[in-house]
Amino acid sequence: MASEKIDVRYVAKLARIALSEDEVERFEKQLGDLLGHVDVLSELETAAVPATAQVVESKNVERADEAGPSLDRETILSMAPQRQGAFFRVPKIIAEP
Amino acid sequence: MNDLVKRGAADIAREVRAKRISAAEVTEAALARVDEVDGRLGCYLTRLHDLARQCARRVDERVAAGDTLPLAGVPLAVKDNMCLTGTRTTAASKILENWIAPYTATAVQRMLDAGAVPIGKANLDEFAMGSSCENSALGVTRNPYDLKRVPGGSSGGSAAAVAAFEAAVGLGSDTGGSIREPAAFCNVVGFKPTYGRVSRYGLIAFASSLDQIGPLARTVEDAALAYDAMAGHDPMDSTSIDRAVEPAAASLREDLKGLRVGIVKEFVTAKLGPEIDALYKRAYQELADLGAELVEISLPTADYGLATYYLIAPAECSSNLARFDGVRYGLRVDGADVGAMYEQTRAGGFGPEVKRRILIGTYALSSGYYDAYYVKAQKARTMFAQDFRKAFERCDLIAAPAASSPAFEFDSKSDPYSMYMMDYYTIPMSLAGLPALSVPCGYAGEPALPMGLQLAAPLFEEAKLLGAAHAYERATGYAAKAAPAV
Repeated sequence: MASEKIDVRYVAKLARIALSEDEVERFEKQLGDLLGHVDVLSELETAAVPATAQVVESKNVERADEAGPSLDRETILSMAPQRQGAFFRVPKIIAEP
Repeated sequence: MNDLVKRGAADIAREVRAKRISAAEVTEAALARVDEVDGRLGCYLTRLHDLARQCARRVDERVAAGDTLPLAGVPLAVKDNMCLTGTRTTAASKILENWIAPYTATAVQRMLDAGAVPIGKANLDEFAMGSSCENSALGVTRNPYDLKRVPGGSSGGSAAAVAAFEAAVGLGSDTGGSIREPAAFCNVVGFKPTYGRVSRYGLIAFASSLDQIGPLARTVEDAALAYDAMAGHDPMDSTSIDRAVEPAAASLREDLKGLRVGIVKEFVTAKLGPEIDALYKRAYQELADLGAELVEISLPTADYGLATYYLIAPAECSSNLARFDGVRYGLRVDGADVGAMYEQTRAGGFGPEVKRRILIGTYALSSGYYDAYYVKAQKARTMFAQDFRKAFERCDLIAAPAASSPAFEFDSKSDPYSMYMMDYYTIPMSLAGLPALSVPCGYAGEPALPMGLQLAAPLFEEAKLLGAAHAYERATGYAAKAAPAV
């Protein structure tokens, strides 16, 4: 995983963050530096090592499928930046034909 | 300063339960202290005077009714990435600057149920990403021992509040060292329990496989009391551990006889300069003087901790922070269409460090790089767990530095990686999920500033860990050898 130049604009697009030209330049350098540091991991021989997502024993947790108390709709909607009646209001998603 | 604010949690709770003082009196003293010094220190993003008074009244009623509350009347600082119903909960981010939590985190609720009184919501690095609190978008917190320096982070507001007597106990969260490092910088005890011991329900997520809530306090005993109140299974957090909790406050000890303490060969403190090297060598000797047998252990992966952490934590953060999209809560910045709205909201709402980590994480998880970065780091993580398991065959506890230096001055770490290096000694324990703490172990630098000794134990052995830290604290008494500057 030798470091290559990161396409910061592409990654920012995936992450849904608009970047200024300044930020593109700065992050490109900083992320490149950081990837240079993490490249040391390639020294570790891991072919026979399983990946660990959770270090403490864990198992799938199930519960009965029963309705319980939860926050009411008005509480949730009152936090929205914009609402319309019982809905979250967002800018247009589907362009007109 | 009213002397009540200097009392510890165990002392306050005992006196309130015995009705020799009231929770209301303790609370007024703490609030007055906040009003007196917090303008200079900036520990709190939100002060909770009204709620504190209400809670104190309720505690006094419960005590009068005969409830034996283990934390009766104890003033509490809550890191502002934990929800508390009806209070502003910001994660020190512009994206949540005006968000009012509609529910309470389990850990906070358990503290309140035990009689603690919330004094304020404490500052942190934005979304707990940082080691100095300088990444807070909403305020500056100063180190109570030297106002020109940082309090550490990310739980810097909680650590500084406890150090400056603005609370007796603070709640922090630790992902790679965020409780232990600020505790070391502020001359207090900071304790990260085993991953999963304390529920994360209501903790704003940073890196879910690493995040763990724990207490900061001026003594090990107080940290143990808070831990006992918070620990234990919670059905609201599916990663919380369903396993009996051994009460820690009942396991405190006065010596270390019969304990083997491992010193990590790869943690070469000579690299930290002669003064700090001597300080840690003295700390290890003090453990031996208390009866511990020192054994050399090896963590062959030690030097790979930062690399592993700075792939796993950003990867998880990039996924967790996807929820901040300007639709359901928090900041929205308008855009021409929904995509532009997302991008502008996140551009305006997140600070530089958060953006950096989201970008690195997105990159590490993106097509073509996933195996090389993320999976590789997950495999390295397995090696950390294996190395520690092997090390603990030869010792009961591990001793190490809590941070590479004492508190540094503001704006002195402009390169992100030099800031990340602060967590070199704490990250390995986090990757392995181990319980670990920092306890004051002396002073270094010019001016002389607090340093912390890190102790770590095998999974679930919190009681043994706190017990040993108590013995060290009682025998050495370093915290009492200096006083905050305010």
